[in-house]
Amino acid sequence: MRHLLDAGDLSRDEAVGLLDVAEAMARTQSRQIKKLPALRGLTVVNLFFEDSTRTRISFEAAAKRLSADVINFSAKGSSVSKGESLKDTAQTLRAIGADAVVVRHSASGAPHRLAHAGWIDTPVVNAGDGTHQHPTQALLDAFTLRRHLADGTGDLQGRHVVLVGDVLHSRVARSNVQLLHTLGARVTLVAPPTLLPVGVEDWTCDVSFDLDTAVDGGAPAGAPDAVMMLRVQRERMTSGYFPSEREYARRYGLDRARVDRLPEHAIVMHPGPMNRGLEISAEAADSPRSTVVEQVANGVSVRMAVLYTLLAGQDPAQAAADITRTETR
Amino acid sequence: MTRYLLRSVAPLGAERTDLLLGDGVILAVGADAREAAGRDAVVVDGDGLVALPGLVDLHTHLREPGREDTETVRSGTRAAAAGGFTAVHAMANTDPVADTAGVVEQVWRLGRDAGYADVRPVGAVTIGLAGERLAELGAMATSAARVRVFSDDGKCVWDPVLMRRALEYTRAFDGVVAQHAQEPRLTQGSQMHEGAVSAEIGLAGWPAVAEEAIIARDVLLAEHVGGRLHVQHLSTAGSVEIVRWAKARGIRVTAEATPHHLLLTDELARTYDPVFKVNPPLRTAEDVEAVRAGLADGTIDVVATDHAPHAAQDKDCEWSAAAFGMTGLETALSVVQHVMVDDGPFGWADVARVLSVTPAAIGGVTDHGRPLEAGEPASLVLVDPAARTVVDPAAQATASRNSPFAGRELPGAVRWTFLRGHATLADGVLTEADR
Repeated sequence: MRHLLDAGDLSRDEAVGLLDVAEAMARTQSRQIKKLPALRGLTVVNLFFEDSTRTRISFEAAAKRLSADVINFSAKGSSVSKGESLKDTAQTLRAIGADAVVVRHSASGAPHRLAHAGWIDTPVVNAGDGTHQHPTQALLDAFTLRRHLADGTGDLQGRHVVLVGDVLHSRVARSNVQLLHTLGARVTLVAPPTLLPVGVEDWTCDVSFDLDTAVDGGAPAGAPDAVMMLRVQRERMTSGYFPSEREYARRYGLDRARVDRLPEHAIVMHPGPMNRGLEISAEAADSPRSTVVEQVANGVSVRMAVLYTLLAGQDPAQAAADITRTETR
Repeated sequence: MTRYLLRSVAPLGAERTDLLLGDGVILAVGADAREAAGRDAVVVDGDGLVALPGLVDLHTHLREPGREDTETVRSGTRAAAAGGFTAVHAMANTDPVADTAGVVEQVWRLGRDAGYADVRPVGAVTIGLAGERLAELGAMATSAARVRVFSDDGKCVWDPVLMRRALEYTRAFDGVVAQHAQEPRLTQGSQMHEGAVSAEIGLAGWPAVAEEAIIARDVLLAEHVGGRLHVQHLSTAGSVEIVRWAKARGIRVTAEATPHHLLLTDELARTYDPVFKVNPPLRTAEDVEAVRAGLADGTIDVVATDHAPHAAQDKDCEWSAAAFGMTGLETALSVVQHVMVDDGPFGWADVARVLSVTPAAIGGVTDHGRPLEAGEPASLVLVDPAARTVVDPAAQATASRNSPFAGRELPGAVRWTFLRGHATLADGVLTEADR
């Protein structure tokens, strides 16, 4: 593994390996001293062309707990806002001596360009690009699902995950559909037809326009083991994707009544930040089934696993064994 | 003026013969040519070469005035000569826009002074390409540039009333309205073809219907008012069907396809390399098949390059920040040979038809696309169909490097290009203009 750009690039064994490393990382995080020396002397640059406090601090915490030096480079107030190109920014980072670049960008494919255009030669981690991919989010979601539904080991064979909301504009949905399929889970997308991309019929999942059928375990895929709500941006309404917030909340929002109809073991997920009252009601967000806060904590472990695997240049299985050895020492 | 004796060339791929060029015309053919050549004629060994009338491009962006950093009339027409073209239609989206007699005459003169190919300026349909008021089409038509093709290319003449008026008004001087068919509301922010690939890689889609809806409207408008419509860079299977239907009804419509829409598909967007970003976008393999079939059965009349040079910084960036467009003058003939001759039903007479004779007729260019016969203008090209070349943008004559065919091996090579008896390309090398 040279870069992490696309959840679809991961094989089943690579994905399970990364989740295993993340489990090992998570165990170290329950120690009193959380910091590991693994990446001492290396520099990780967080290159954020789009605002995202949550993802940036998660990557920052992950890198620092591995003893890497962290440079945060955000577009606002930097030369990027003065019109500097992605290429020049990349070459500046190379000159500074970055050992890995974590990039968030509003343009789909920008991390892919950074990794492959010949501008820099460091590992690139995609921290979310446009409406394309957010692979570490998919990994942390899989990690959370695996803990709840598969005792924290192996894959997600036979589990059923329902994703609800703005699939069209969602990099989280694209990454999750691919990774969950790779891990053996079944996925159902639920959305109004306006918020599904033309071409979704080729994806490795089922599609439904009706949330109640999905919640009740009707066709096509049966009862859900997890429901993942996607953030809906309010400006979608003004572009005519749906008529009103209230209509969206009624038809596609996860409220108390729908949560109560889910199977007892099913969990409720959301990548955050949530629009309470739009795609998820306050009761659903705060219910004991909700894993929203847990997902944030898991995000740090997963990102530690990704940075460690890329920068230590190991395959994930070997990396997991190494980390476990430091635990027992 | 130098005389050239072209020995043993195959006109339109038919039986070999000799051609004698001099005084700007084909002086003689066959045995007459050998007899009349005399001692001072330069003899060109044409063994294995196909002779075609000089190619005519209906769709070229020369970028001058305004973006001389990406192309000039001189560099663009040198690229044209290198690609076998003797006439090009220069699109109006320059800065200032070619929407007055003054600008089109300037571009026409720059072409004449450079001497590598005849430059036929295309006039803007609307002032500043703004789509609000008709430009002075009549003034451009009667200027020294004798404009016959009008287009807001890059932008669609979206307003149906304005399109109707343009189709009507240009009848007075046998003009043609060349439409960039793109419904603007359906393509806001669009980056690539909308379909399975765009859904997966997360780039905003440019749906086929946005092209097809405008073409359907325009052919009906052309039928209603009797004007002459030319559909630019037709790219979808549905568009082929609509044009086929319109022609069957007797509507005065012609259509062009680009070399890139005959060969490349939207799968290339997976690289996120903006060299593959173009408008209209690369479509699916099924669309490519339909466009090829349309060209083969005559639904699509011509191949036009949509040669669109861009500065390095406008392509060496992330996809959505990049400019739309790709160069094409120096690869067009090779792509057509590859797709339509080597792997398709075309003979060389068909190639001459779609790249020279018919584009000249559509553009009203009377002294190009002529038969290779004694007394005709000596604007012709000699092609070696057996050659194979790996496309190297750095070795091209265009001032820009954004060729989507870079690194691809393509068949055929242009060896000689003659413009009214002058060799603009001699044995594969651009000559210095001696006029």
